[in-house]
Amino acid sequence: MIAESLYQELILEHYKHPQGRGLRDPYDAEVHHVNPTCGDEVTMRVKLGDGGKVEDVSYDGQGCSISQAAASVLHELATGSTVVDSLAVVDEFTRLMQGRGKIEPDEDVLGDAVAFAGVARFPARVKCALLAWMAYKDAVARSSA
Amino acid sequence: MTNGMFDVDRIRKDFPILSRELPGGRPLVYLDSGNSSQKPAQVINTMREQMEQHYSNVGRALHTLGSESTEAYEGARDKVAAFIGAPDRDEVIFTKNASEALNLVAYSFGNPTCDDERFRLGPGDEIVISEMEHHSNIVPWQLLARRTGATLRWFPVTDEGRLDLSGLDELVNERTKIVSIVHQSNVLGTVNPIGGILARVRAVGALMMLDASQSVPHRAVDVAALGVDFVAFTGHKMVGPSGIGVLWGRQELLEVMPPFLGGGEMIEAVWMDHSTFAPVPHKFEAGTPPIVEAIGLGAAVDYLTAVGMDDVQRHEHELTVYGLKALGEVPGLRIVGPATAEDRGGILSFTIPGIHPHDVGQILDDQFGVAVRVGHHCARPLHLRFGIPATTRASFYLYTTTDEIDALVRGLHHVQKVFG
Repeated sequence: MIAESLYQELILEHYKHPQGRGLRDPYDAEVHHVNPTCGDEVTMRVKLGDGGKVEDVSYDGQGCSISQAAASVLHELATGSTVVDSLAVVDEFTRLMQGRGKIEPDEDVLGDAVAFAGVARFPARVKCALLAWMAYKDAVARSSA
Repeated sequence: MTNGMFDVDRIRKDFPILSRELPGGRPLVYLDSGNSSQKPAQVINTMREQMEQHYSNVGRALHTLGSESTEAYEGARDKVAAFIGAPDRDEVIFTKNASEALNLVAYSFGNPTCDDERFRLGPGDEIVISEMEHHSNIVPWQLLARRTGATLRWFPVTDEGRLDLSGLDELVNERTKIVSIVHQSNVLGTVNPIGGILARVRAVGALMMLDASQSVPHRAVDVAALGVDFVAFTGHKMVGPSGIGVLWGRQELLEVMPPFLGGGEMIEAVWMDHSTFAPVPHKFEAGTPPIVEAIGLGAAVDYLTAVGMDDVQRHEHELTVYGLKALGEVPGLRIVGPATAEDRGGILSFTIPGIHPHDVGQILDDQFGVAVRVGHHCARPLHLRFGIPATTRASFYLYTTTDEIDALVRGLHHVQKVFG
């Protein structure tokens, strides 16, 4: 049924076994983002290295499976990547989420994040999926500033 | 339908929406009546007939349609007055919802154009609410406190979800001007005891208001017997339409209160530099009112009266007993609110460890057609008090069945399987 396309196995896996969860030192910037409609929240830290490398993305938060799994997937995709590459993924993810389910996701860019494609058809849940990704974008901007 | 003849299957046939199917052939299991109730054909037909046959503005049109419309609109006021035991029909003021009714009273305090001592408010004076209020009975009083410099205070809530009245005599004191609390909590289901609080309110010379949005639809409420000063409730939670609410107030108070909104119909005479105002209730009904909605509310009151409010309450009590037991058997589920059905309405809010309410609600809806509400239900401070961001809430009404509660429980078991 409908929910089965929303709650992909990969999302549930990340929710039950979040990757890289917990706030770590050192970090260049820390941000706290909330979704006022449902109370989901995430605190995110970013540590950048030489050559625009993302050395660590650490986070903590509370909320629904979609918001927490999205943070976990983001950690996996961004850590060890570069600022430029990871922001390209953020852009593609944002485009997918805001596409009302009518956009064909670019799997090469998104990797595991493609599992969230079903969320785009649930407008009430799009903000949940985007919460950590917007926090990451914000944290990177502050780190580079 | 008379006493002892309550037949939920027959009642369900009056509500067309209850026989619709959701996409994918799922039946609708509507457990969100505390949010907004469904409408019987009797209400829908009355509103349609009003628009098809009698529609015009009220109060000012002198033609046939104008008088038919006015008669129906004012007739609705009579019906509502009788339904809540108002001593005088002019004490029933139509608003757009309960929030407007609460704001109307809040704006009567600390208004320099009102010289009645009871409505004077400033630094040193106190307003008392409770921790279990809906935002609509919190924010208007916060705004009032900010406007006037008065102090906002509140009753705490016990772990069981009851009002903590242990500090009543200190909390309600000679500085208190108004106490405004909920009659039945929209999250906990708790029905609050009024008598003891009211006695203290009277002893200190303050006024008392009840947010009855969740009680008037579900039990016989007699405002005269309650003895409070103001009561607010809304049409859409009592099988009526949205866009219509009610403020009941004691006439003697309504008469000294300043107008709220200015405009047509609330005046007696207007000059360029000043106006005089219509008597209550029209003093508080500026502009063209929600005519068809008010008439629809009248039809809703007729419907509920024909069913019998005591039977509605009895049915919901049985559902609450059944629901508390059925939900109690879901592993780990924690009810937020009283554990027994005593002094409690048919609202069951709960948490399930490790599973966020939004995920619970999504699976219940998508796979089982079970409509519940998830979130903080416009009562964020209450959720903060219990240290939780959100709950899942199932709320019952006269058309709810035990089969629907069983469907909810089956759905919850599946939710636990998905996220287990």
